[in-house]
Amino acid sequence: MSAQLEVQLIAIVIAAACAIPGVFLVLRRMAMMSDAISHTVLFGIVVGFLITRDLGSPWLFAGAVLTGVLTVSLVELLNRTRLVKQDAAIGLVFPVLFSLAVILISRFAGNVHLDTDAVLLGELAFAPFDRFELFGVDIGPRALVVGAALFVLNLAFVIIFYKELKLSTFDAGLAAAFGFVPGLLHYALMTLVSITAVGAFDAVGSILVIALMIAPPSAAYLLTDRLPRMIGLSIGIGAGSALAGYWVARWLDVSIAGSMATITGVAFGLSFLFAPERGILATAQRRARQRWEFAEQLLAMHILTHEGTPQAASELHVEHLNQHMRWAPWFAARVVRRAVQNGMVRTSGNMLALTERGRQMAQHLVPW
Amino acid sequence: MLVDVKTDTAIEVHDLTVAYRDRPVLWDVDMEVPPGTLLAIVGPNGAGKTTLIKSILGLVKTAAGQTYIYGKPYTAQRHLVAYVPQRGSVDWDFPTNALDVVMMGRYGALGWFRRPGKRERALALEALAKVNMLDFAERQISQLSGGQQQRVFLARALVQDAEVYFMDEPFQGVDVTTERAIVTLLQELRAAGKTVVVVHHDLSTVAEYFDRVMLLNVRRVALGLVAEVFTEHNLSLTYGGRVSTTAGR
Repeated sequence: MSAQLEVQLIAIVIAAACAIPGVFLVLRRMAMMSDAISHTVLFGIVVGFLITRDLGSPWLFAGAVLTGVLTVSLVELLNRTRLVKQDAAIGLVFPVLFSLAVILISRFAGNVHLDTDAVLLGELAFAPFDRFELFGVDIGPRALVVGAALFVLNLAFVIIFYKELKLSTFDAGLAAAFGFVPGLLHYALMTLVSITAVGAFDAVGSILVIALMIAPPSAAYLLTDRLPRMIGLSIGIGAGSALAGYWVARWLDVSIAGSMATITGVAFGLSFLFAPERGILATAQRRARQRWEFAEQLLAMHILTHEGTPQAASELHVEHLNQHMRWAPWFAARVVRRAVQNGMVRTSGNMLALTERGRQMAQHLVPW
Repeated sequence: MLVDVKTDTAIEVHDLTVAYRDRPVLWDVDMEVPPGTLLAIVGPNGAGKTTLIKSILGLVKTAAGQTYIYGKPYTAQRHLVAYVPQRGSVDWDFPTNALDVVMMGRYGALGWFRRPGKRERALALEALAKVNMLDFAERQISQLSGGQQQRVFLARALVQDAEVYFMDEPFQGVDVTTERAIVTLLQELRAAGKTVVVVHHDLSTVAEYFDRVMLLNVRRVALGLVAEVFTEHNLSLTYGGRVSTTAGR
C-alpha cells in the first residue's frame, strides 16, 4: 500500500470513528466537552510519560483516558455547586489541565518529542512511517490500526447499547425510572469520547478531533429526523470530508489536518444552507410561500367581508387595495394576479369578486 | 419493618422527607392510595408535587421515609409503574418520530439489550390509536403541537400497560379537546382498576375530573375524597390566603 493511500485510509477511519460518539455529544448539547477532553488528555499523556519514561507505554493511553473522564467529572462537580454554569465550568477546567500539561512538558520533558504544533494539528503526513507490527509482521501504519479499532469499538458500543443510549439521551428521567442508569451510560459515553480523542489525537491532533466529532453530526442533524440515519450520515460526511480534505491539501500544498477541518466546516455550511427542510434556503422559500398564501387568504377574507356592503364599490376596487390593505401597489397587483391564477378570485373590470372556490376557502378560514 | 405495608394498597408513602441542603422540599409526607383511584396532587409552585412523584420513582435522593408500590419498593415493581414526565423535560428536536417515542414505553419491559420488534410496534400503534394520533405516527416530534406531544407522551405511558400511572402536569399547554380526551382516557384506566396520580394545576376542574385529591405544600395538608377534603379551609391552608375551589388557577 502506498503511503498516500495509507494517509487517506487513516483519515477516513478516524473521521468515521469520531463521528459516532459525536452524534451523542451534539444531541446531548455537550459539543464543547469534546473540545475540553481532546485538550486535557495531554495532561494524562504527560503524567503517564513522567512516570514510565516511555513514550510507547500503554500507561500513557490509560492516563489520557482517565484524564478525559476526570475532566467530565470536574466539570460536573463545578456545575453541581450551582456557582458556575456548565459552559463556564468547561472553560475553567480544561485550560488548567492543558496548561499544567504544557508546564510539565517544558519543565521535565523539554527534550522529548511532544511538541505543541503536533498537539493541535497532529502529523498525518508522517503517520505511515509509524508501523504496527504483530509477531514481527507489518500490519500497517499504527494510526490506521488504532483508527480502525476505535471505529469498531464505537460502532459496537452504539449498536449494543443503542436503545439505552437513545432513551437516556432523549428522556433521562424515564431511562432512570426503567432502571437503565443513565448516569453510568453517560460516563461510558464520555470514556468512549476520551478513548477516541486520545487515539485520534496522535494522528490528527486535537483541533481535527473536535471538528470531526462535532461538524459531521451537526450537518447530519439538519438532513434527517431519524437517529439511525443521523449516525450513518455523520459517518459518511466525516469520511467524505476527510477524503476531500486530503485532496484539497495536496492540490493547494497545505496542512492536511487544517484542510480536513476546513472541509468539515464547509460540509456543515452546505447542509446549513441547502438541507431540504431545515436549511436556510428551504426555510426562506417556505416563508416566502407562506407570505403569498397568507396574502391571498387575506384578500379572500377582505372580499368576503365587504361584498354586498355599501362600501363594496370602494373596498373591492383593484386600485384601492393598496389603501385599504396598506399593501404596496406592486404587492397588491401580484397578490391579485396569484389569486386569479389559483382560481380564488375573479375580476370584472376593476372590481374584485370571489369565485366559488375562493368563497369556500374564505368561509373555511372563519370557524364561526 | 415498623410500618405494616399492605400489598393491596397501590401506593404507600411513609414519612417521606426530601431536602435540598437544609431546605425541606417535602416534609414527613404520608400517602396511601387504594387501587382504582384517580388522584390529583395540587399545591402552589415549589410545593414539592413533582419531587413527590420523582421520589416514589427513585429519581430523587430522599432524606428519610419509605415508599411502596403494591407493598414492595419501587425497584421491585418497575413493571407495574408508568411515568409521564413534564412535556418540557425533554428535547422535542430529537431526531425521532411519534411512533418511536411511544415504543420507548416498552423499553422497560424489554430490559437491557433486547430490541423492540414487531410486537412493540403493534402495541405502540395501538396506543397511538387510543389517543387518536395514528395519523401522526411517522411525524417528526418537533412538528407536533403541544397537545399532540402530550398525547404521544400519554400513549407512551399506555403502552407500558402498568397498574400505577404517575403523570406530571399532563394538561399543561394543551387545548380543550386534548384535555377532554386525556380525562376520558384516565377515567377508562380507573374503570380498569388502574391507579392514576396526576400533578394538577387547575383547581376549577379537580372536582369534575378526580375522585381523590392530595393538597400539598411541602407538608401534606390533606388527602382524601374530593368531596370531603377539597374545602376552602384546606385550600387556604395549602395556598395561604383565600382561594376558591371554582376560581381557576
